[in-house]
Amino acid sequence: MSHLTAFQTFLLLNILKIAVVLVITLTAVAYTVLLERKVLGHIQNRWGPSRVGPFGLLQPLADGIKLFLKEDLTPLAAQGPLFILAPIIALGCSLVSIAVVPFGAFHAVTLNGVSVDLFNVANVNIGLLVILGITSIGVYGIALSGWSSNNKFALLGSLRASSQMVSYELALGLSLVGVVLRAQSLSLRDIVNSQAAHGILSWNVFGGLQFVGFFIYLIAAYAETNRCPFDLPEAESELVAGYHTEYSSMKFAMFFMAEYANMITVSCVATLLFFGGPASPLGHLLPDNFGGPVLSAIFPILWFVAKVFSFLLLYIWVRGTLPRFRYDQLMAFGWKVLLPVAMVNIIVTSLVLALRG
Amino acid sequence: MQLVLFVIFGLLAVVAALNLLLQRHPINSALSLVVVMMSLAVLYWSLGAEFLAAAQVIVYSGAIMVLFVFTIMLLNAGEEEPTTGSRAASIVGFPGAAAIFCLLSFVFLSERKALGATTLGGELNTAGSNLAAISSLLFTKLLLPFEVTSVLILVAILGAVVLARKEQ
Amino acid sequence: MTGLANATVPVSLYLILAAVLFTIGIAAFLVKRNIISIFMSIELMLNAVNLTFVAFSHMWHQVSGQIFVFFVMVVAAAEAAVGLAIIIAIFRTRQTLNVDQINLMKS
Repeated sequence: MSHLTAFQTFLLLNILKIAVVLVITLTAVAYTVLLERKVLGHIQNRWGPSRVGPFGLLQPLADGIKLFLKEDLTPLAAQGPLFILAPIIALGCSLVSIAVVPFGAFHAVTLNGVSVDLFNVANVNIGLLVILGITSIGVYGIALSGWSSNNKFALLGSLRASSQMVSYELALGLSLVGVVLRAQSLSLRDIVNSQAAHGILSWNVFGGLQFVGFFIYLIAAYAETNRCPFDLPEAESELVAGYHTEYSSMKFAMFFMAEYANMITVSCVATLLFFGGPASPLGHLLPDNFGGPVLSAIFPILWFVAKVFSFLLLYIWVRGTLPRFRYDQLMAFGWKVLLPVAMVNIIVTSLVLALRG
Repeated sequence: MQLVLFVIFGLLAVVAALNLLLQRHPINSALSLVVVMMSLAVLYWSLGAEFLAAAQVIVYSGAIMVLFVFTIMLLNAGEEEPTTGSRAASIVGFPGAAAIFCLLSFVFLSERKALGATTLGGELNTAGSNLAAISSLLFTKLLLPFEVTSVLILVAILGAVVLARKEQ
Repeated sequence: MTGLANATVPVSLYLILAAVLFTIGIAAFLVKRNIISIFMSIELMLNAVNLTFVAFSHMWHQVSGQIFVFFVMVVAAAEAAVGLAIIIAIFRTRQTLNVDQINLMKS
């Protein structure tokens, strides 16, 4: 390794990190789909997929092969390049934001004089803004897919989806301001560290008194990912399949993966901002070097995965339980309830912080 | 890194801007403009303005351009045809624009010694002071302009609602 | 590779890039006939000017230039909201987006 320059080592290590994180994320996406089908099945008193492999564990593979082998149809009236670009934008944006998520405790590894953080692809000091920015770029994928399909259902679905995402982005952004005020930083690592002091008691959602912010974030995030009870863009009884009506084969699979990758990102952000991220809920009851150097590096990852997993389960539970909103109710709720409550949350949080000194 | 980033994203910005000029359909122009804005965001970051880079992505490409794309979709704007007006404008416009470019670049090149060089600013891996510097200046010395802009936005929202609403 | 990694860029190159973008913006402003495209070329010119602000801000090691860009963004957002509302109103009354046909005041 010593014949590489510092720059080459930096590039190599980062590409390696990106590849590993990408593979793990895509696997997680595939198994989130399976988890949803299984859990929804049990909610509705049936088994869910159970034929392919033990407990249906190979179902994602079979789904992937099926989608890959299907015929890739492009409607004659579609706007060629944009029609292909739209799913790429959607999937790309949903995968990129994982890069700034710290999924383990800080572990710097120095190789060839280059120091990299092992459990974070990019520790950016504006990490939260990066995630918000990438989410807002993701709107293009959906807007373009509807427009380039040249189909009235797709266009209506994408108009619904993009206006819903733009509206709820405001409430989403404002709900996070309370957390940023408490941590006094936009770096996700700093925000996690600001909640690590006393375990579960210092998490923003409990000790930080950000539970109002958390619920606004949760609701806005459900709308932002176009999931039930806000899945109007793909309301099948009104719009066939919404913005991806005309998509088939891998292009459809890309939209599908983008939706689940977005779910994972949103759960990661909720974990990091409100539930202490990779920090243990026990705080310092467990010593920091509990179980030796390897185990103490793995424990934070396990905490993080467990928290993200419970958010994903919540997503599925909500989908199995709640009916769909009506469109005017959705808009009125976003603008007239969530946005003012988020503003009040900011004012109260900043007042409390200012009075406390 | 600075030079590499400048060459890649500078070229990308120029190519996308030319595409904006040459494309007939407004939605293609709008997407080219998004590419220009994203590459400018990278250039801002390389100049050490990481907050502006994020603001550029969130405000310009995430809000303003989405509004443009949304309007184009809503009005179903089609391709534009070249008219006598556009031909006359291109006869006068291209030489005029070229003259402005020559003037600007002459000034910049003749002053290039005094302007100096840039290095990759604002190491992103450490907690930078760029955010703190901007916010402390914005909320102390420039508090009044900041509040005035928020009033401006409010007025703009009201104006937009009144203008775009269907008349009863 | 190391030399390339540490190479610097003169400020004047950033300014010339901004000049190129600004010029393309002017040309598009003059040539385009669709009112939305014309509006977009104005945004392109604003962005070009913002780049010069950031370059100068880097040169002087001051954030004032960046704050100026911040205000430009805010004004651009307000302008886009009002401008697009006006465009929608025009389209509703005239059924066209071509600036050559929006000449009610002339005839």
